[in-house]
Amino acid sequence: MNPVARTVLQRLGLGLVTLFIVSIIIFSAIAMLPGDFAKAMLGQSATPETVAAFQREIGIDRPPVERYFVWVGQMLHGDFGSSFASRTGYRRTVAEIIAPRLYNTMFLASMTALIAVPLALGLGILAALYRNGWFDRLVNAVTLTTISFPEFFVAYMLAYLVISRDTFIGSEFAQSLPHWLAVSLNWILNAVPKFPTLSNVNDQTPFWEHVWRVALPAITLTLVIVAHMMRMTRAAIINMLASPYIDMARLKGMSPMAIVLRHALPNAWAPIVTVVAFNLAYLVVGVVVVEVVFVYPGIGQLMVDAVKSRDVPVVQACALIFAATYILLNLTADIISIATNPRLLHPR
Amino acid sequence: MTSYEPIAQVHRLRRSRTTRAKTALKKAPFSAWFGILVILGYVIVAVFAHWIAPYGETQVFSEAFAPWSQQFKLGTDQLGRDMLTRLIYGARNTIGIAVATTLLSFAVGVSLGLLAALYRGWLDQILSRAVDVLMSIPSLIFALVLLSIFGSSITSLIIIIALLDSTRVFRLSRAVGLNVAVMEYVEVARLRGEGPKWIIAKEILPNVMPPLVAEFGLRFCFVFLTIAALSFLGVGIQPPTADWGSMVRENATLITYGDVTPLLPAGAIALLTVSVNFVVDWFLHATSGLRDEK
Amino acid sequence: MRNSGPGLREKGKDLLQIRNLHVEGFSDERWHPIVRGVDLALKRGEVLGLIGESGAGKSTIGLAAMGYAKPGCRITQGSILFDGIDLLALNETGRRRLRGSRIAYVAQSAAASFNPAHRLLDQTVETVVAHGIASREKANRSAVDLYRRLQLPDPETIGFRYPHQVSGGQLQRAMTAMAMACHPDLIVFDEPTTALDVTTQVEVLAAIRNIVQEFNTAAIYVTHDLAVVAQMADRIMVLRHGLTVEEAETRQMLASPSQEYTKTLWAVRKLAKPEVPADEYLLTIDNITAAYARTVQVLQDVSIKVPRGRTVAVVGESGSGKSTLARVVTGLLPPLSGSISFAGQALSKTLKTRPKEILRRIQMIYQMPDNALNPRQTVEEVVARPLEFYRGLKGAQRDRRIGELMHMVEMSETYLDRLPAELSGGQKQRVCIARALAADPELIICDEITSALDQIVQEEILKLLMRLQRELGMSYIFITHDIATVRAIADQIVVMHQGKVVEQGLKSEILTPPHAPYTERLLSSVPEMDPDWLTRLLASRRI
Repeated sequence: MNPVARTVLQRLGLGLVTLFIVSIIIFSAIAMLPGDFAKAMLGQSATPETVAAFQREIGIDRPPVERYFVWVGQMLHGDFGSSFASRTGYRRTVAEIIAPRLYNTMFLASMTALIAVPLALGLGILAALYRNGWFDRLVNAVTLTTISFPEFFVAYMLAYLVISRDTFIGSEFAQSLPHWLAVSLNWILNAVPKFPTLSNVNDQTPFWEHVWRVALPAITLTLVIVAHMMRMTRAAIINMLASPYIDMARLKGMSPMAIVLRHALPNAWAPIVTVVAFNLAYLVVGVVVVEVVFVYPGIGQLMVDAVKSRDVPVVQACALIFAATYILLNLTADIISIATNPRLLHPR
Repeated sequence: MTSYEPIAQVHRLRRSRTTRAKTALKKAPFSAWFGILVILGYVIVAVFAHWIAPYGETQVFSEAFAPWSQQFKLGTDQLGRDMLTRLIYGARNTIGIAVATTLLSFAVGVSLGLLAALYRGWLDQILSRAVDVLMSIPSLIFALVLLSIFGSSITSLIIIIALLDSTRVFRLSRAVGLNVAVMEYVEVARLRGEGPKWIIAKEILPNVMPPLVAEFGLRFCFVFLTIAALSFLGVGIQPPTADWGSMVRENATLITYGDVTPLLPAGAIALLTVSVNFVVDWFLHATSGLRDEK
Repeated sequence: MRNSGPGLREKGKDLLQIRNLHVEGFSDERWHPIVRGVDLALKRGEVLGLIGESGAGKSTIGLAAMGYAKPGCRITQGSILFDGIDLLALNETGRRRLRGSRIAYVAQSAAASFNPAHRLLDQTVETVVAHGIASREKANRSAVDLYRRLQLPDPETIGFRYPHQVSGGQLQRAMTAMAMACHPDLIVFDEPTTALDVTTQVEVLAAIRNIVQEFNTAAIYVTHDLAVVAQMADRIMVLRHGLTVEEAETRQMLASPSQEYTKTLWAVRKLAKPEVPADEYLLTIDNITAAYARTVQVLQDVSIKVPRGRTVAVVGESGSGKSTLARVVTGLLPPLSGSISFAGQALSKTLKTRPKEILRRIQMIYQMPDNALNPRQTVEEVVARPLEFYRGLKGAQRDRRIGELMHMVEMSETYLDRLPAELSGGQKQRVCIARALAADPELIICDEITSALDQIVQEEILKLLMRLQRELGMSYIFITHDIATVRAIADQIVVMHQGKVVEQGLKSEILTPPHAPYTERLLSSVPEMDPDWLTRLLASRRI
């Protein structure tokens, strides 16, 4: 068999196995629930009958293996079970809670990725080409700083900036400054677009309105992701530019452009794709915090709320979606790396 | 290409480790100095929080969301507690928990990683596959799942984050351990008949210290940010313990009025991680020579 | 005309003139001189050999001839005139136009220097097309012609392969074709055969020499191997520490070097030890078969006897299984079948089951002292450990013994508190020897221990080992690919090829004809200091 196909199939198999194990781990979450959980959920006043009914409902009375397969089987049909928030006569399925929010999160993540990936790759390549120059130093210092910031700090800073647009000129701080400085600062602040600081959207929100509302969360995530991705791209490119065949290309009199395009790039796909996948996976996590800051109805905020109310079926479903995305991204990166490896493409 | 070194320069190289560290410090760039000073400042505040803070950690005053004044240098929070006091105690709690978590994560990760590197075989296989699976779930998400089950006490927070983070420490220490374990001086020791204790303590550990020390800094930042994020989300450190992450969440509404106070704890987190990153960046540079210029 | 030896070709007018070249390299936070004022002149069609030990600056000068300084290096002074063009006054674009088209480069490691993502043919013609010298089809056709002239197999199709699909020797010839593609005026060869086995080296040397002569290309040939440069160069320049030691026509340089340093370099090749027949056997290896991962057999039915107090040289090329043999003897790789007995007793197969006393009596020294010494341990710690471990020596006794050992390896005790990074390559290898001696061994396995060292240092280490053997009566198993080393120290020789023993016996028996066919090929491929050697060898092989 073609080694590329073989390796790709191997990776796919490995990905499936991983997903399987991860689903078991997430499922075991319910099995690990402490005994007094039902009581904690239903409150101190719960009668033994209601506790028993609740336990039956979440299925603790059946053997775990059976429950696992029922759970997986239902999930494959898009049935993620019922939320603990359901009450008698008012069943809320996990699927109906998650679906619109999943769309919102994907919207935010894709928008960020569309801005961040080209930006980071471009900056990373530039920094690598002009390494140790002023541009590189500047970008290095700035990105080292941004990756050290918690996402919520960046998020609130941006929100604060937008709000200061209106509040600055009237603040005590502005009045303590010389008049000309206060005016010019205000002028600069007024150049900041008046982004919404709360990203409330619903399924009726028109597309461009949606884009406008998620501008701040998207910028926040972009800042964080670009810093990581750019640094990793820079390192990968520098690493590759140090290889002997690049030296050889220089000694063959190739132009810098030809060196990058013909000699570096064909070998750079694997490291670059790995960097992109790693950061998109990171994006998935960053989404959680940013959604909470901007009160954006996405799956991350849902999961945090579910954790607080210990709504385990929802937590499980969210976790599984996050994990699957994560695994899928890494799998894609693996497969692209394999498919662009000349040693595998052209076996001996 | 090695350049010609006259004998006199070889003598110049012979210095004790402390003097070497001193000269390295002298040559440290501004960012590293800045980082070191800031970290020292945080440590002092954290250790002496009890003596520095003007009020008690949970002392409540009548006015909530009070503005900055003589009495409350940075105002009060949503329950009427002094912000400055909370910030100072926050240093102790937030940094303390992060340090404890990182230490636990390293104790687990490094010991298992080096054992796997030295013995290979089934031990390595089992540990590595387990780590692969654990790492295929984003750690913040995994932490959320586990916290939803075990609840958010400080102990469970430390254990959960440390275990999740130790996977990364395991990978790194296994990788650097493997690099050293295949060196011929380790083979010499094995041929001599040395036991695993000697080999790990004398042959491997001294040679993996620099990358591990640097990693400790980076892992600390990561752990610190994760705990801050969890606390910010309300599932980390629980009230009434003062902690920077939750302080941001609890007072976030003030930002809508153009008040900068809630940004202070967030800024405190950012400043510390920036400083640690600066120091680690310099440390990596200093211990590996000029990595970029080949 | 194939049989014209070097020095007989017609030379044209001046092509390259380097005056007062200074190059510096950046390390340890400061600039160090690498080349310190070298003058060099080259005529059209002439081949100049640059020779010297590591750190002599020979590769740096080769690159400077292209107006190029490696990253982290800079040309600080001097002038480089190529065909009347001042390369240093030219801007980067101007220099780039010359590179590849009029000055080409052949690197040491062809495997790393070819881009893994492109076919050989595309890389060969890249410069021709990029510099707009010929159309792609025409370039492809002449590339095939070059492949044929360089005696590559399947010249029509080999260009369609990727670098990882062809062997090292072929890759090196393909790289020469790549350099030749634009018919440059000057080619810089930077140790092009150093990474190859001797039998492969001969073919590559012959191919390079032929094509350079056919196209009447001028060349700078950088190498550390005197015998190789003797075959390739019209003129030789000896370099040391970035300075010219002397320069002369090849024959004159070989016959009568004028400088002391050059004479020492030349003398290295003449070290030889009279063989002593065996009287008692210390180690007997019987019918050993060994494999990694139980699939690839690397040793097949190997039997060797090592006499007490003598040296057995195990000779072979890469892949011959000679280092695997060492791993089997030390117990690192348990053999699949066969047995080993040491001093009359059966040696257990695995390291774990061998008693400490046996471990003490068999010691090992490695090729790269850098890897064999823990960078965090001082010389004293390194040498003292076997004393403490095997004999429990402490205090004054231990210190006295360390002093004796340092004396044995001719090192001053002032080195005891140094770390390996503060020692030279030769000193590191001496510390490794002292560590082996500290165990009072009866057998020392030396795995290519001189091949990472400069020639003069090699000789010192070999002399030291011979003296120690005379004084202490140990046996050596000396694993090497270098026939000169074998001549220098062996009593007995074992020739290995593809995991099997081809022949073995006393040095005189093996080194005098008639040889087994493989031994014949191996021995005849070792370059000699005679400038006519390659010509003669090729003539004799063609018969």
